[in-house]
Amino acid sequence: MEGNRIVSKEKSEWKPRIIAFLCNWCSYAGADLAGIGRLQYPPNVRIIRVPCSGRINPYFIIKSLQHGVDGVLVSGCHPGDCHYISGNLVARRRFAILKRILEFAGVEKGRVQFTWISAAEGERFSQVIKEVTQEIKALGPNKRFVKEA
Amino acid sequence: MQESEKELREVAKKLLLEKKVDLIIGYEEGTLPLRTRPIFIREADETKKLVWNFRCENNLCFYLKMAKERVGIVAKGCDIRSIIGLIKERQIKRENIFIIGVPCSGIIDRKKIEDILEGRELLEGIESDSQIILKGEGLEEKVDKDKLVHASCKSCKYRNPVLYDTLIGKEVSQGEGEEYSDVEEFASKSDNERWAYFNDEASRCIRCYACRNVCPACYCPQCFVDQSLPTWFGRTLHPSDTLIFHIIRTLHIAGRCVDCGACSRVCPMNIELRMLNKKAEKDVKELYHYEAGISLEELPPMATFKMDDPQEFIK
Repeated sequence: MEGNRIVSKEKSEWKPRIIAFLCNWCSYAGADLAGIGRLQYPPNVRIIRVPCSGRINPYFIIKSLQHGVDGVLVSGCHPGDCHYISGNLVARRRFAILKRILEFAGVEKGRVQFTWISAAEGERFSQVIKEVTQEIKALGPNKRFVKEA
Repeated sequence: MQESEKELREVAKKLLLEKKVDLIIGYEEGTLPLRTRPIFIREADETKKLVWNFRCENNLCFYLKMAKERVGIVAKGCDIRSIIGLIKERQIKRENIFIIGVPCSGIIDRKKIEDILEGRELLEGIESDSQIILKGEGLEEKVDKDKLVHASCKSCKYRNPVLYDTLIGKEVSQGEGEEYSDVEEFASKSDNERWAYFNDEASRCIRCYACRNVCPACYCPQCFVDQSLPTWFGRTLHPSDTLIFHIIRTLHIAGRCVDCGACSRVCPMNIELRMLNKKAEKDVKELYHYEAGISLEELPPMATFKMDDPQEFIK
């Protein structure tokens, strides 16, 4: 993982590395649509496809941060649209507590973000990625949970 | 105090003689001054060993998970909330448990006594109504009980049992003060301060897992940190790994923790574990209007959902 790290000596050249967990049925298809539509968005996201936002163990998010990722974006189907009926609704409760606990422990607001993107929202996908990248750029490199070498 | 102890012994004796239960779990005097320890009684004669006082700190509900027979258990307000949680999560059967509820006006924190002792050995502890006299070599100190009360007990709103089969003694007044004042005060600090605090706490953790082992809500046959196929949770003593352990544990017991304080009491490194757990408790209460261990009917908050759950945090 360390080998892939986009690190540069000068801060101005620093580019954030963001992991996006996208659910297979909506958000991943949304990202696909953005691709098909040739919509531009920053190349700082690495997408990980998961079966459902309910599949996302809070540890996935924390472990990403531990491995030196600068931001995490989690996206699933809009409430009511889940392929598994209620996966995203159970996940929503889990994420709400996770986000509050992480922020309480000192992880900066905006480091971990959540959103709903449907399969038809390619435009919105590229917009969200732009916003998230900008916000995380403003926060600077992630120092929380990272083990110093 | 004396009268309720007498009543407790009689009730326990009767239960065993009438064969309503096979086993009584309660407290007896320990071998060290000011300490009690759990006792498991099967013979009616032995019930005279039972005690009840403000030093009965253990959450005995922990042993229910192992018991296969009908058990009578001496339980404080918080212990009963743990029992309700276990019944709700189908870990124990209500009909197998006879709850001897005892109203509790707070137990004393032996770590606070240790702070006063500063390494000196305590040889004797004498109790009066509002004070404790600590005696040892070159030591004699009077301390107010109020000063020694456990942090969880101070503002406890469930000092009287919410569910019981028989109640010992009289009901007591509820704890005073704002329950989440510590959490709120801490939350007002800056990100960096909070991070530094938790890092400092976590850096002392030696991963003995005593907090997990003693927790009434932790009963998974295999804990996430023990998973080894693959070993995907960091197992080092690096504060990053230990803090993650505590955060994930907090998430697992969010909406289930009853703030009995058992984890803080057993921690050999005096890590303030309560802060994270209390925060999760506060969040669950704010977001889903749920308090753990109050009713047998309400569904556990993290196992259910509503269409209109708050989602202002989602973009």
